[in-house]
Amino acid sequence: MSDLIRRDPRAEWIARNRLHPLHAATQPAVASWLSAAGVLRKNPHAVGFIGPNGVKRIDRSGAQQGGAAKRSTASAVVQLPLHVIEQPAFYIAVVPDMVGGRLSAHDKDLLGLAHKLAGSDGAVVAVIFGEHKESTFDCNGVDRLLQFADDAFDGYAPEARVLALGAVERQLAPRHWLLPDSRSGGGELGRRLAAKLGERPATRVWQVADGMASGRAGAGREDLVQRAPRLILAAVECAEPVSETRHEVRPLALSEALVSHLPRIQDLGAVAVDPAQIPMAEAEFILSGGNGVKDWALFHQAAAALGATEGASRVAVDDGFMGRERQVGASGIWVTARVYVAVGISGAIQHLQGIGACDKVVAINIDPTCDMIKRADLSVIGESAAILQALIKRVAAHRQGGARDAA
Amino acid sequence: MTNLQVITLVSVGAHPTSGRPRRAEQDARAVELGLRLAGEHLQVLHAGDAESEALRSYLGMGLGELGVLQQSAADDALPVLADYLSGCGAQLVLTGTQAETGEGSGMLPYLLAERLGWPLVVGLVEVEQVDHGIAQVLQALPRGQRRRLRVRLPFLASVDNAAPVARQSAFGPARRGNLEALPAAAQADPLLTAAQFQPARPRPKRLKVIKAKTGAERMKAATAKAAGGSGQVLKDVSPEAGAEAIFNLLIEEGVLR
Repeated sequence: MSDLIRRDPRAEWIARNRLHPLHAATQPAVASWLSAAGVLRKNPHAVGFIGPNGVKRIDRSGAQQGGAAKRSTASAVVQLPLHVIEQPAFYIAVVPDMVGGRLSAHDKDLLGLAHKLAGSDGAVVAVIFGEHKESTFDCNGVDRLLQFADDAFDGYAPEARVLALGAVERQLAPRHWLLPDSRSGGGELGRRLAAKLGERPATRVWQVADGMASGRAGAGREDLVQRAPRLILAAVECAEPVSETRHEVRPLALSEALVSHLPRIQDLGAVAVDPAQIPMAEAEFILSGGNGVKDWALFHQAAAALGATEGASRVAVDDGFMGRERQVGASGIWVTARVYVAVGISGAIQHLQGIGACDKVVAINIDPTCDMIKRADLSVIGESAAILQALIKRVAAHRQGGARDAA
Repeated sequence: MTNLQVITLVSVGAHPTSGRPRRAEQDARAVELGLRLAGEHLQVLHAGDAESEALRSYLGMGLGELGVLQQSAADDALPVLADYLSGCGAQLVLTGTQAETGEGSGMLPYLLAERLGWPLVVGLVEVEQVDHGIAQVLQALPRGQRRRLRVRLPFLASVDNAAPVARQSAFGPARRGNLEALPAAAQADPLLTAAQFQPARPRPKRLKVIKAKTGAERMKAATAKAAGGSGQVLKDVSPEAGAEAIFNLLIEEGVLR
């Protein structure tokens, strides 16, 4: 439905015809009229109109005539055209990083590149390991989805993953393999796969055009231009992500069973790292405090209990509760945390800019109208001290339970 | 751990601004790690030109000598290194992640591991202990995290910028050290005939493309706030219920360790 205002001749006709049975019902509420006794009566509820934010506005300039309410137009969600590949001529295999179970920006760029290489008759296969939380595979150009949901791929299992990708290679023989050249797994997996398949990859590729791949070489002072090989490890922003089509995320399965193998590298799990030692710009989990935090000892205790890196808003830094190097925002550090917990921060625009790259934002605030709540994925309205105390208790209970399980 | 037989592979780096030859940053870190593990028994190996002056800065880190498998710049380092390593009885081979000159694809440790049939640890930070032929090591992850791995000797490990910072190179030892040329059967690298090097082009900046058809949509795209919009708001709940909701989100995102 468009926003064009259309005349309704029938409604106009009913409005003119006072004898029409629907006349009374369709008449707009009148703000004032002269009663039979000659007294001017006013209906204060009929004054004004409902503004775009759902708040009643009264325009006293006289431009707005009361009662002419804006017609509500249901904003239709635009359905992108569905791109269907029934019988793919060839496959382009993409192995996204799936950091935190979701497609990263790098993964989306990579899918865009895959879509470019697939053209109109190839199909893009995304190969993912383990469970995922992604719900927008279709809008990001995944034609086929091949998911390995085995326990063997949990944790650090590069050898098992390379074996699985080898099975994909035998069954689909994709024309290109695309992996992100990233530190979060893709660069390593791609190089292991290249060594396994005996393919010489193009690495740090930032452009594939006319069958030629350009990638950075050495320390980045030179470009290496070569014919696009089968295996491409692409840098960020290698292509525009898919935005104009929807894709059927058709599940795909391997026909052969994967052979189990004995891993040569055994994963003993993550090691506790002192969160204060991690640079703020690359910390994964930040607990940030602002003007609403009154008990800073409790705040530090909460950060230690959660294992989060500490951050602060400008006000907290100016008031001397935190060091300048901990300031998040436009004049401080632009953080890239996956989870950012803002305690008592109302969300000045400079602060919101600084957390623009964060995935999930949690707000703890006493003011339900502040800007941080509009940005946050989860907001808890209440006294920050009480909530932090409850959170510390909950985490302690969880840790104790975990310790009991391990023993 | 001084009885561990460690070999570090080094290359000639390039200064990021001037492009002058120097010791490669990550390779120097690999040498540092090797010195901490094996002390003076550390063996350092380079495939290339034995006359290169930049190699002397590795010697300046306290090495007596540095073995050089003699070959030209257009030759492939992989076969000579694989031949040498398969016969030398090393238990741990350390490399940098990526060379600073030439192709710099970072494939060398992977291809060496594949040829030798050894496991490869990427991003080694520390070897914690070695007993009965099994090493327990720490691996660097992005965002400053660490992971503990157990791996059987012999193995290959690549070192990145999370490894301990390399010590300074001293001038006197660098002069006194010995660059020992070893015989090697060099093979030309086929890549250099198929690909060409160009000075790096600056990458195009990504523009914010607004695909609006009407003026109203363009106005909306230009003025829209970067708001999530669909956030869940918990109002009038007890602190315990609020904490529980936050806790569940942290668990779901996997940041609580």
